[in-house]
Amino acid sequence: MKKGLSKTSLNQLITYGIVIAAYIILQALRSAGMMTSHLAGLLVPMTYYAIAAVALNFCVGILGELSLGHAGFMCVGAFSSAIFSNVFKETLPGGLRFFLAFVIGIAVAALFGFLIGIPVLRLKGDYLAIVTLAFGEIIKNVLNAVYLGKDSKGFHVSMTNSMALGMEEDGKVIINGAMGINGTPRDANFTIAVIVLLIVLFIVQNMINSRDGRAIMAIRDNRIAAESVGINITRYKMLAFTISAAMAGAAGVLFSHNISTLQSTSQYFGYNVSILILVYVVLGGIGSIRGSVIAACILYLLPEMLRSLNKYRMLIYAIVLIAMMIINWAPAAREMRERFFAKFRKEAV
Amino acid sequence: MALLEVRNLSINFGGLRAVDEFNLDIEKGELYGLIGPNGAGKTTVFNLLTGVYKPTEGIITLDGKDITGHRTEEINKAGIARTFQNIRLFRLQSVIDNVKIGLQNQYHYSTISGILHTPDYRKVEKEIDERAMELLKVFGMDGQRDYLSSNLPYGAQRKLEIARAMATNPKLLLLDEPAAGMNPNETAELMETIQLIRDKFDMTILLIEHDMKLVGGICEKLTVLNFGRILTQGDTKTVLSDPEVIKAYIGE
Ligand SMILES: Nc1ncnc2c1ncn2[C@@H]1O[C@H](COP(=O)(O)OP(=O)(O)O)[C@@H](O)[C@H]1O
Ligand SMILES: [Mg+2]
Repeated sequence: MKKGLSKTSLNQLITYGIVIAAYIILQALRSAGMMTSHLAGLLVPMTYYAIAAVALNFCVGILGELSLGHAGFMCVGAFSSAIFSNVFKETLPGGLRFFLAFVIGIAVAALFGFLIGIPVLRLKGDYLAIVTLAFGEIIKNVLNAVYLGKDSKGFHVSMTNSMALGMEEDGKVIINGAMGINGTPRDANFTIAVIVLLIVLFIVQNMINSRDGRAIMAIRDNRIAAESVGINITRYKMLAFTISAAMAGAAGVLFSHNISTLQSTSQYFGYNVSILILVYVVLGGIGSIRGSVIAACILYLLPEMLRSLNKYRMLIYAIVLIAMMIINWAPAAREMRERFFAKFRKEAV
Repeated sequence: MALLEVRNLSINFGGLRAVDEFNLDIEKGELYGLIGPNGAGKTTVFNLLTGVYKPTEGIITLDGKDITGHRTEEINKAGIARTFQNIRLFRLQSVIDNVKIGLQNQYHYSTISGILHTPDYRKVEKEIDERAMELLKVFGMDGQRDYLSSNLPYGAQRKLEIARAMATNPKLLLLDEPAAGMNPNETAELMETIQLIRDKFDMTILLIEHDMKLVGGICEKLTVLNFGRILTQGDTKTVLSDPEVIKAYIGE
C-alpha cells in the first residue's frame, strides 16, 4: 500500500521540482545579466501558456472532452480582471488588488465554463468542441465591439463608440472597443506566474489522486461503466470542465496584467490560440500534466528564440514538433523514459 | 415480497419488440439464471433493469421501491450492480483504482478536501484502500493491485468487473455472460467465484448464460427467453426438461 502512494506522490514532486528548478535557473540567468531583455519578456507569457496547457489537458486528457475554446476562457479572465484592476487602480493597494483580480478573472471564466457546460455536457457525443469553438470566437468578437466606461453614476455600456457612452466629465473609458483596455497595472511578474502555475499543478495533480479525480477519469475511460457504478456523469463533467475553464481564466489574468494594452485580437484569443494550446497538450502527451508544462514552455520559447534565423525558423520549429512527437509517443522512447524514471524511483525510495 | 419484481416489461426498438411482456420475481439470496439463444433479448432485459434503456411498458420494483425509468446511476445507488457482456473496465486505470471507483458512493469527503489532501482525505482514502484490498483478496487479485486493468488476462478482467460491481455494495448483482470467451479452467474458477460471492456476501444474483449446461449446474431457478418472450420459467430441473426449451435450443 505504501509503495503505491509514494509512487504517485513522488511523480508529483518531480513535476514541482522541474518547475522550481527551471524557475531558479532562469531567474539566476536574468539577474546575472545573461538573458536578453527579449527573452526576459517571454518568461511570463511562457508560464501562462503552460497554465493554459495544464487547464486544457485537464479537460482533454483527464475528463476526455475536447475543447477548442480555451483561448476564450483566457479572454474572459483577462478582460474581467483588467476591468477590475482599472477601476480600483488608485483605490486598492497593488497586492490585494491583484489577488482580487485573480479571484474575479477565475470566477468569471468558471462561470462561463459552467454556463456552457449546462446544455452541452449532458449530451452524449463530441458537441463540446463545436460549442467551445463558437464561444471563443463570439467572445473575442463581442469584446472587440464593446465600449465600457465608468463615471460617478456607475458603469456605461455601448456597442457603437465611446461617445455613445454618454458619460459625465469625470468619466473614464475602460474598454475602448477594438482599442481594448489601456493602462492595466502591470502587476504580473515571473515569480507570481510561477506561483500560479504551481498552484494549478497542485490542484490538478491532487485532484487526479482523489475520489473526484477517479470519477472523472472513469467517465473518460468508459461512460457506461461509470454510470453503472453509480457515478453522476453530468455532475463530474461539469465540475471538471468548470475547473478547467477557471484555470484558463487564471492564465488570462496573468496575460492582461503583463501587457499595457489588452486587445481582443485573433493573435491572442482566436481559435488558432486554442489550437496552439491543444498542440502543446498533444505533444506533451494527452493526460500527462508534466508533459503539458514542458511542451508549452519549449514550444512557446522556440519560435521566439529562433527569430534571428528568420527563414529557417518555421522549418526548425516543425522539426522540433516532429521530434517531440516521436519522443513522447514512440514505444521505444516511452520504454526508455520509463526505465529512466524507474531508476530514479529506486534511488529515491 | 420478492427482492426484484418485474411486471409486463416491454421495449420496442423501432418495429422490433426486443422484450415483450417480461415478468420476473427474484427472492433474496437466490441465484437465478436467464437463458436463451443469441438475440433473444437477455442483455436488453439487463439494460432495462439498469436504466440504460427506458421501458416502453412495465414496472420494475427493487426491494419494494419502484425504480422504473430511473437513471442508471440512481438504480446502482438503489442496489443493482452489473457486469457487461463486452467487458467494460476503466482501461487506463489500475486494478485497484477500478475497485475504488466502485466504492465511490460508500466513502465521502469534500472536493476541497480532495484538492488539499486534508487529514480527512487521508483518513477516508486509507479506508477506501483497505476496503478495495479486502475485495481484491476475495477475488484472489490482491497481487495484481497495481497492474493496468487492460493488461490483465481475459478471465481476470471478467473477475475484476465483478469485483468492481460488488464494490458498489449491491442488493442484486447482474452478470451478463460472465463465462463468455473463457477456457474451461477459467470457467470452472469463475463458477467457484460466483458461489463464493453468494456465500460470503449473501448476494442475490441474476445470471445470463448462453451455455445451458453451465447454468444448470449453479442456478436454482431459470427463465428462458426466446424472441423477446418468456418461453418458460421455474425450477432449473423442470425448465431444462421442458421440450419447448430443448426445441428452442436445438432449433438455434
Ligand atoms: N439499442 C438497440 N437498438 C436496436 N435494436 C437493439 C438494440 N439493442 C438490442 N437490439 C436488438 O434486440 C434484440 C435482442 O438483443 P440482445 O438483448 O442483445 O440479445 P441477447 O443478449 O439475448 O443475445 C436483438 O435483435 C438486437 O439486435
Ligand atoms: Mg447478450
